[in-house]
Amino acid sequence: MAFALTPEREQQVDDILTRYPERRAALLPVLWLCQRQNGWISPEVVKYVAERLELSTAIIQGVVTFYTMFFDEPVGENVVWVCRTLSCDLRGGKSIQEHLEKKLGCTAGHTSSDGKFTLLKAECLAACGQAPMVQINDYYYENLNVEQLDRIIDAHATKGGDAAATEFSTFASFAAPRGSGAGPVTSAPPPPSKEAVRLASQPPPAGDGKGEES
Amino acid sequence: MSGPIKPLLTSRYGIEEGWKLANAERAGAYEVARQALTSRKPAELREEVKKANIRGRGGAGFPAGVKWGFLNRQEGEEIYLVINADESEPGTFKDRSIMDLDPHRLIEGAIISCFAIDAHTTYIYVRGELAFSVQRLERAIAEAREAGYLGERPFGIDHAIDVHVHSGAGAYICGEETALLNSLEGRRGEPRLKPPFPAVKGAFGMPTIVNNVETVASVPDIVQMGGEAWSALGQLPGDGGVRLYGVSGHVKNPGLFEAPVGITMRELIDDYAGGMLGDRPLKAVIPGGSSTPVLDPRRKVDAPLEEHPLHKWHGQSEIDVPMGVDTYRALGTMLGTCCAIVMDDTVNMVEASRNLMRFYKHESCGQCTPCREGTGWLVDVLDNLCSGRGKPEDVDLLVNISNNMMGNTICAFADGTAMPMLGMVQKFREEFMDAAMNGVPDGVRHDDSTRSIVEGGA
Ligand SMILES: Cc1cc2nc3c(=O)[nH]c(=O)nc-3n(C[C@H](O)[C@H](O)[C@H](O)COP(=O)(O)O)c2cc1C
Ligand code: SF4
Ligand code: FES
Repeated sequence: MAFALTPEREQQVDDILTRYPERRAALLPVLWLCQRQNGWISPEVVKYVAERLELSTAIIQGVVTFYTMFFDEPVGENVVWVCRTLSCDLRGGKSIQEHLEKKLGCTAGHTSSDGKFTLLKAECLAACGQAPMVQINDYYYENLNVEQLDRIIDAHATKGGDAAATEFSTFASFAAPRGSGAGPVTSAPPPPSKEAVRLASQPPPAGDGKGEES
Repeated sequence: MSGPIKPLLTSRYGIEEGWKLANAERAGAYEVARQALTSRKPAELREEVKKANIRGRGGAGFPAGVKWGFLNRQEGEEIYLVINADESEPGTFKDRSIMDLDPHRLIEGAIISCFAIDAHTTYIYVRGELAFSVQRLERAIAEAREAGYLGERPFGIDHAIDVHVHSGAGAYICGEETALLNSLEGRRGEPRLKPPFPAVKGAFGMPTIVNNVETVASVPDIVQMGGEAWSALGQLPGDGGVRLYGVSGHVKNPGLFEAPVGITMRELIDDYAGGMLGDRPLKAVIPGGSSTPVLDPRRKVDAPLEEHPLHKWHGQSEIDVPMGVDTYRALGTMLGTCCAIVMDDTVNMVEASRNLMRFYKHESCGQCTPCREGTGWLVDVLDNLCSGRGKPEDVDLLVNISNNMMGNTICAFADGTAMPMLGMVQKFREEFMDAAMNGVPDGVRHDDSTRSIVEGGA
């Protein structure tokens, strides 16, 4: 079946095209729009984009295969990326992956049998100070422990990704340097377990400006 | 320690919903841009940035003022500003905080920078995973446009400025500036041969300044304080100002901190990050993202000669040298992104190397044989060492492979792989030899000291 963007997204494509001096530069943004609608970059999507941007399908294929976030095969309803790079691994990234594999019943690189979750390994996601963490669809979930992870996965399964994100997703957090008077900023709606929060975002004890003797 | 500072870059991080224009403006956002565009000359602004001695915050540490000076527009050319928000270097998580918590600072920096270098268009290239940051930026840009700070006549002056966000799609190499430009143009993110450098021939074949998020976000403070005063906040010559420091790994209080250039790694770990988790000993620290060679607190600075740049710290631990672009280079490592990965004594350095080299193997773009083959080979050798199939010669093999990768490729990715590998072997050779003889015991992982936090009672 031929693929077409919704009229609203078509409008966005027109808008995107005005941002660049060359038509081709719209390729990544347009592929993103298509993947958001279709779930993956199917051959029909490639054909559509080729016509819309006046590019060959080979060029588009070459671009799609270069970037890990463009899927050239169908994926589950939710895509879970578990970060396994060093900073996360130092704080239990492996436990997070093992727990997910048990819970979802599939190993990394595969989709759960109910089609709800695809589990993938990720490289450092720029959240190392809030490790361990996972990305699910468009959102980050940080300072994880396995109980919190269970709640997050269950929410995706029962309420869907958007509701789960509203409840649990996190964005950048900041611990004020000591003595600056500003409190730490963490923005996780309901925080994970007390323990994880304590370790992750407690400001250094206010003190006399002298470091701990360690 | 150097004492707490008045927050600059992070001054709006703590205010409620500081990412919204009204809240950011109540805390001073866009005052500097208004003043700069309406009452100062571009050349003056460029001069402030030069005097600020701001070293690029993206990893290479090139002075931003000097880079801006390389622009030499030919007739009919348009200048572009491209902001590098690819933030993918393992261990690095600073630029994301600017985009999430204070996007208007970045936009204000972009406005002033565009005016200063005579550009009209900024592209912010954000790594694809940071969809949330993209949303924050896009909303902030829309607000700024509505308020008349972007568009045909920003602040009423005759110099159109617009900012667009361009989302990547998952590829570390797109942080390299020429790969980024290819990706911006809708191509595979493969680095280009330099020269020509972007300042001469960058985005869409036009002269382009590529700067890191934090570099651009520092511009409003530089202009407000004046370059010299801002520079003097730092404690090292030729390396000015304040910057974001990140700490991840085995510390009590991982996170981001703002501090002057020139604090020491020991201060960063003990005073800012609360010291070592569980008060365990510090074994090693990767100072500025995974491409920077590891520091070993047992090692002493060897600089007996007075003319050595590190002579002042002769005999002190590596982690007592002030953190600066030039001091760290003299120490044989790099300051990189200034985000440290801290490891306690439970971590096996062969395993840690294997984790990182797997990253590089996965991320090599594959254009250059030494890089494509070298990264794969390093992983094979490390796999052998870890699984007990290694031989003592393998340790030197790691060194040889790395040496053959250095300086033989299109971009600095290969050096950024080889240097930290060499550093690991040089500083923890006994551990690599031990792995060659005995393997790494089954079940050794990096998180022995934190697993109970993650797994809880389960
Ligand atoms: C492999 C590789 C990855 C890089 N990744 C980033 C990155 O994620 N963010 C960044 O700002 N600079 C990155 N850089 C450095 C850029 O090429 C460039 O030097 C920088 O964006 C310039 O900005 P600055 O001068 O403000 O630091 C990377 C370089 C290499 C070789
Ligand atoms: S050094 Fe590696 S990443 Fe850089 S261009 Fe060559 S193959 Fe690609
Ligand atoms: S290592 Fe996991 S976010 Fe950086």
